[in-house]
Amino acid sequence: MFDDGNIIAGLEIGTSKICVVVGELTADGGLNIIGLGQSPSQGVRKGEITDPQKVEENLRTAMFEAEQMADVEIRSVYLGVSGGHIRGFNNRGVHPVVSADREISPDDVDDVLKNAKAINLPAENTVIHAVRQHFFIDGQDGVTNPIGMLGARLEVDMHVIHGHANRLQNAIRLVKATSLEVEEIVFTGLASALALLTNEQKELGALVIDIGGGTTEYVVFADGVIRHSGVIAVGGDHVSNDLAYGLKVPLSRAEKLKLEHGSALVAESAKGQSISITNDLGLELKRVNVEHLQRISSLRLEEIFRLIAQDLDAAGLTDYLRAGVFLCGGSSRVPGLVPLAENVFQMNVAPGHATAISGLTTALDQPEFAAAIGLVKYGSLKNRKRAERPFLKGFLGRLLQRT
Amino acid sequence: MQTPEQASLLETTATLTVKIIGVGNAADALLGALATPEFAAAQFISVNSDAAALAASSATVKINLENKLLRGLGTGGDPERGQALAEEHFSTLKAACEGAKVVFILAGLGGGAGSGISPVLAKAAREAGALVLAFVTLPFECEGNRREAQAQAALAQLKAAADGVICLPSQKIFKLINEHTGIVETFKFSGGFLLEGVRGVWQLLTRPGLIQVHFDDLRQLLHERHAENAFAFVEAAGAGRAREAVEKIIAHPLLDEGRVLAESDAVLVSLIAGKDLTMAEVNRVMEQVRRQCAHAQIIMGAAVDAALKEKLCVTIIAARQSAAPTNLSPRTETRSPATTTTVHREPAASRPVTKRRSGGSKAIQTQLPLSIISKGRFDKSEPTKHNGEDLDIPTFIRRGVPLN
Repeated sequence: MFDDGNIIAGLEIGTSKICVVVGELTADGGLNIIGLGQSPSQGVRKGEITDPQKVEENLRTAMFEAEQMADVEIRSVYLGVSGGHIRGFNNRGVHPVVSADREISPDDVDDVLKNAKAINLPAENTVIHAVRQHFFIDGQDGVTNPIGMLGARLEVDMHVIHGHANRLQNAIRLVKATSLEVEEIVFTGLASALALLTNEQKELGALVIDIGGGTTEYVVFADGVIRHSGVIAVGGDHVSNDLAYGLKVPLSRAEKLKLEHGSALVAESAKGQSISITNDLGLELKRVNVEHLQRISSLRLEEIFRLIAQDLDAAGLTDYLRAGVFLCGGSSRVPGLVPLAENVFQMNVAPGHATAISGLTTALDQPEFAAAIGLVKYGSLKNRKRAERPFLKGFLGRLLQRT
Repeated sequence: MQTPEQASLLETTATLTVKIIGVGNAADALLGALATPEFAAAQFISVNSDAAALAASSATVKINLENKLLRGLGTGGDPERGQALAEEHFSTLKAACEGAKVVFILAGLGGGAGSGISPVLAKAAREAGALVLAFVTLPFECEGNRREAQAQAALAQLKAAADGVICLPSQKIFKLINEHTGIVETFKFSGGFLLEGVRGVWQLLTRPGLIQVHFDDLRQLLHERHAENAFAFVEAAGAGRAREAVEKIIAHPLLDEGRVLAESDAVLVSLIAGKDLTMAEVNRVMEQVRRQCAHAQIIMGAAVDAALKEKLCVTIIAARQSAAPTNLSPRTETRSPATTTTVHREPAASRPVTKRRSGGSKAIQTQLPLSIISKGRFDKSEPTKHNGEDLDIPTFIRRGVPLN
């Protein structure tokens, strides 16, 4: 019924929902989304698993749904990981070219990449991604493929994303417990960026912000490579929690109020307005001021953007974002978020669409699926390389692995 | 004993008349230790109410605050008696300070003489036209509540009366001693730290600086920032002396492993070394210090002293603004050229401000968060901290946005 190599599944265990997306590689190398499954997530806080049993239960439901829809059996997944412990930074590796003719050999490239990966991480951390950015030959910038060029000193810039090994392992173990294989773990922020950005946008420079339930991931692409990444363990859950505290309503009610009346900006029309909260029988329990509701959520969302803006400012990347800012994740559905982000970042902001993939349009248009779709895309890129590798004999194939 | 260089250095010092006054028994011992050629330009004065102890002192000028009622004995650990005595002899004290531009007061607070006399002495010295800098120790915790309370009260008075107070809580010494350190050694240790502070400031003021630190700078730093000062004096020698000095600073117990630097908002750094002091060394030390105290205003000085040969001495004085707000900007009144050369008197209006602030200086103890802000569903999860801010607490509460 199916060819194992052509089916790619992405799994994201999020704070508010677990979502599975199934993609199929077409004969011409394209990618088609053929199925998706989701279920509300109960055992996850701030992107990290707190109750494995509940998560496993929810995971099975989502898997079943996706398998039904795509009519395939999923054996392995690309697993998205997130959480406040994940950090990204840039590192430079240096390697002197020692051969007599000064020609850079594949071994030199391997060595410089190895050097760039040799970084001082805390003992309990492990590298999730090490993505090369650009090579430098004797200080000359912007070399993408140095093999065969002449030089005395080869350098490479690498973006390294790392996280707490045990916490990452928790998610992997859980997935394996449901008799699924984990092909690779992928930082969800990177996955979202892959789903949303076209090659031109990556080249121009873009910021992707994935505001989820418990965490907000952000990734900067510029000059076609990943330049910056980060996670803030704050998301939509915090908005609900703030509302529950500020309006003095139960959390479940706050969640509902957020979905119905939440806004990233305080609307002029909300001033002085109030809504009544009724119980099951329609009796009024309490009146809630809409202006307060919107102010509380607006302050929280603005703070998230400000923290990201500060971080990018500190990294000196603000001027590189010529394509603008793209928003995705469940919380990006909040009305008024785009103008709020425009206000904070002072640049073009657009809600992201998973444009780079074809298939189920219902799935592609929904911002909360961006990460899972990106996982499938990541998988397809890896698969394509794997297919090319025997053909290109090893290292050359690896050289093309530019994600 | 003096080398020609030293003599020429001391000549420049001569224009700045300094009197070092020890008050009480604790300070007498310190004065003895200070009487080295380095301090030849300073005049040592010992003030005590205990005639026997005074007789044993090595100071050049001795002032016995006599009272028939005491029959030559001490104040009996009662600061009020000390204060009454000092006020009785106010004119004597003032006369003793006459002619000095700078007066250092050394005292161990907690007892009768140190706590009672030094605030009055500070006032007398100020009236005599000197700038007053006090170096005091606070008692060990084991010395009891009464001494602690007396010391704190005296410290508050002293802060109101003196231009600058550098205070060393003896309790911090505990980190440096072990189970077997003798009590005599311990006291010597705490005295030693105070001396290092005096020496550091002395060098700061008297050495011809390449990058000069004036008394104004010091005063500006300490003034209005009495709340908690910390100082450290480190020495290093040899090839990697700049790095060694930085390491010593960061590990210095009085700076709480650099935590004090991170919290301070004004830091004075003075480097003194032999003729081979290089700009790179100055830069290396300052770079590290600057990294340690990101929020602080930094005043730096560098000087060359041939006598130090290959030693590098770094003095750091860190000051933290106390919590009470102040309208009086320290900038406005210092920096006037008059301060170094002529009498500088505090405008009367600023006194109450200083007093009020010194009251707040005791509130260093952290407060229990009595109004607990619920973090709701994040109560039990790992807190999300960003620059010390707990992001799990609702934003509108952290920002103090009113909802009404």
